[in-house]
Amino acid sequence: MRKLRFRPCGNFKEYYEQELTIFETDFGRMWMWIGLFLLLFVVPFVGSPYTLYVLNNIAIAAIAAIGLNILIGYTGQISLGHGAFFGVGAYSAAILATKAGFPFWLSVILAGAVTAIVGMIFGIPSLRLKHLYLTIATLAGQFIIEYVLVHWESLTGGAEGIILPEPTIFGLNVSADRAFSWVVFFSFAVMCWMAVNLARSRYGRAFVAIRDNDRAAEGMGIPLFRYKLLSFGISSFYAGFAGGLWAYYTVSITPEPFTLFLSIEYIAMIIIGGLGSISGSVFGAVFIIMLNEILSQATQYIMNLGAFAGIALTVAPLREFVFGLAIVLFLIFEPRGLAEVWRIIRSSFRLWPFAY
Amino acid sequence: MEFFAQLFINGLSIGFLYALSALGFVMIFKSSSVLNFAHGELLALGAFFFLILSVWAKLPIVLCFLVTLVGCFALGFIIERLFLRPLIGEALIEVIMLTVGLSAMFKGLMLLIFGGNLHNYPDFLPEALSIQWGAISVPSVYVSSFIIGLIFLGVFGFFFKYSSHGIYMRSVADHQPAALSLGVNVRRVFALSWAIAAVVCAMSGIVLGIINGINVHQLSTMGLKVFPVVILGGLDSIGGAILGGIIIGLLENFTGGYISTSLREVVPYIVLVLILLVKPYGLFGSEEIERV
Repeated sequence: MRKLRFRPCGNFKEYYEQELTIFETDFGRMWMWIGLFLLLFVVPFVGSPYTLYVLNNIAIAAIAAIGLNILIGYTGQISLGHGAFFGVGAYSAAILATKAGFPFWLSVILAGAVTAIVGMIFGIPSLRLKHLYLTIATLAGQFIIEYVLVHWESLTGGAEGIILPEPTIFGLNVSADRAFSWVVFFSFAVMCWMAVNLARSRYGRAFVAIRDNDRAAEGMGIPLFRYKLLSFGISSFYAGFAGGLWAYYTVSITPEPFTLFLSIEYIAMIIIGGLGSISGSVFGAVFIIMLNEILSQATQYIMNLGAFAGIALTVAPLREFVFGLAIVLFLIFEPRGLAEVWRIIRSSFRLWPFAY
Repeated sequence: MEFFAQLFINGLSIGFLYALSALGFVMIFKSSSVLNFAHGELLALGAFFFLILSVWAKLPIVLCFLVTLVGCFALGFIIERLFLRPLIGEALIEVIMLTVGLSAMFKGLMLLIFGGNLHNYPDFLPEALSIQWGAISVPSVYVSSFIIGLIFLGVFGFFFKYSSHGIYMRSVADHQPAALSLGVNVRRVFALSWAIAAVVCAMSGIVLGIINGINVHQLSTMGLKVFPVVILGGLDSIGGAILGGIIIGLLENFTGGYISTSLREVVPYIVLVLILLVKPYGLFGSEEIERV
C-alpha cells in the first residue's frame, strides 16, 4: 500500500501508467470516497425535499452532459440534437413501462439503448461530413425527432404525453424525492466511473485523436467512421439513460421540454463546465441547474415586490438571455470552463506562496 | 389547377423570401466560414429596429429605412468587434458555439424587451403593386419583396465581382493565409462581412415583418430554416441560395397543400438530411474533396 503523500512540485512521471492514473495522489482517492459516502449516505438523510429535488435534477443533467461531452469535448463532433435524444430516452422509458410493462430499471437501461440506436442513425451523416455539416445534420435531427414525438400519436400520446407508473426496485417504491435520490446518485456515480474510465481506454484515446486531427487519426489506423458512430452511440446512451430517469422522476411527460433550447442548455453546460473533461460536465450541470433555480426564485421574489408589480417578468426569456451570455462570456474569457478555473484554484493553493 | 397555381405562386414568393434571408448567412460563411446560428436573431434585430423607428418614433418610412440600414451596419460591426474578434484563430467549433450562444442571448433580450407577441408595421406599401391574374392574386408585399430581392442580388453580384472590397472578401474566403500575405486586411474583411450581413438580414427581416408581422419566435425559426436552403444550394453560393430558397419554399407549400399542414414545417429538414447524405456540397457549392 502506498503512503498518503502530497503532489510534488514538478512533473516526475516516469511511466505512461502514471500519466493515465485518475488520482495522482491518494488524497484524491480519499476525497472521492468521502464524497461518495456523503452523497449516498448523508445527503439523502439530511437534505430537505427541495434540496434533494435540485440535487436530483443536477445529477440527471450531469449524466446527460457527460454524454454530450464525450461527443463534443472528446470526439469533437458538435451535436445540436442532444435535447431531442434526451426526449427519445424519456419517451422510450415511458413507452416501455406503460405499453410493454417493463420494470423500472430495465426500461431505463433499455431507454438508453434505444436512444443509442437513434443517435447512431443520426450519426450516419458523419460518414461523409465534417463538423460543420454534421452540426447542421444534428440540427435537422432535433427538428425531425421533435416532430415525431408530437405527431406519432399512437405511440407517444401526442401533445397529451404519457403518464408513467411509479418506479419500484426490488419491490420497493422509490418515487419519493428521497428514495429516488439514491437511484439517481447511484446511477450518476456509476455513469461517471464509466465515463472516466472510457476516456483513458483505447476508445477514449481514439476519440481524442479524432478530435485533434482526424486525418492523422485515420493515418494511424483508427477507423474513423466506426469510432465516430461509437461516440454518437455512447453519447446518446447517456442522454437516453438520463432521459429515462427524468421521465420516471417527473411522472408525466409531454413533448414540450425537448426543444432546441434544451440542446443549447446542454451545450451551455459543457462549455461552462469545460470541454473534454468529465468533472467539467458535472460542474456545468451544477452551474446551469443552480442558475435556473436562482433565476426562477429571483423572478418570483421581484414579482412579489410592490414596486415591480406592473412589470410582468417571465423566466423563460431571462433564462435564455443569461444562458447565452454565459456561453459567450465563457468562450471569450475562459474557453476551458469551470474545470480549468478549479484546476487553477487548486494549483495556486498547492504552490502557495509562490506564483508557479 | 387553380389550387396548384396558387400554391406555386405562394411557394415561389415564400421561397424568394428564404433566399433573401439566406443571403446574409452566405455572406458571413463566404468570408469567414462561420456558420451563423444567430441568423434568425439578426433578422429579428433589424425588424425590431425598423419597428421602433416607424411605430414608436413615427419617422417617415424612407428615413426609417435608411436609419435602419445604417444602424444595422454599425450593429454588425459591433457584434464582430465584441464577440467574434476575440475568437479569431480559435477552433471553428468554438466560433460556431459562440454564435449559438449569441442567438440565445439576443433572443432572450428581444423577448424581454418586446415580448413574444405579434407586432405589426403600419401599412405603407401602395396597393398598385399587387397583381391580380384571374383567380390568382399576388399581394403587394410579395411583389415588393421580389423587387427588393432583385435589387439586392444585383448590388451584391456587382459588389463581389467588381469592387475592391468584394474581391478582398472573396480572396479571404478562398485562402485566408494567402490573402493575408498579399496584404488584405483580414480583420477588416470579417468586420465588413458581418456589417453587410447585418444589413441584408435587416432588409429581409423587414420584408418578413411586413408579410407575417414581427414575432421573435417566428423570425428565429426562420433563421434556422436558412440551413436547408443554403445546404441545398451549396453553402458558399449566392445563386445556389436563391435556387435553394425557391425549391424549399415550393416544397413546403406543396407538402402543406397536398399532404398535411403539420408536415410542412419539418419537410425542409428531412430534405436537409437527405441532401447531406447524398450530395453534401449542394447544387452549386464548391466541392472540397476530403474523404476522412
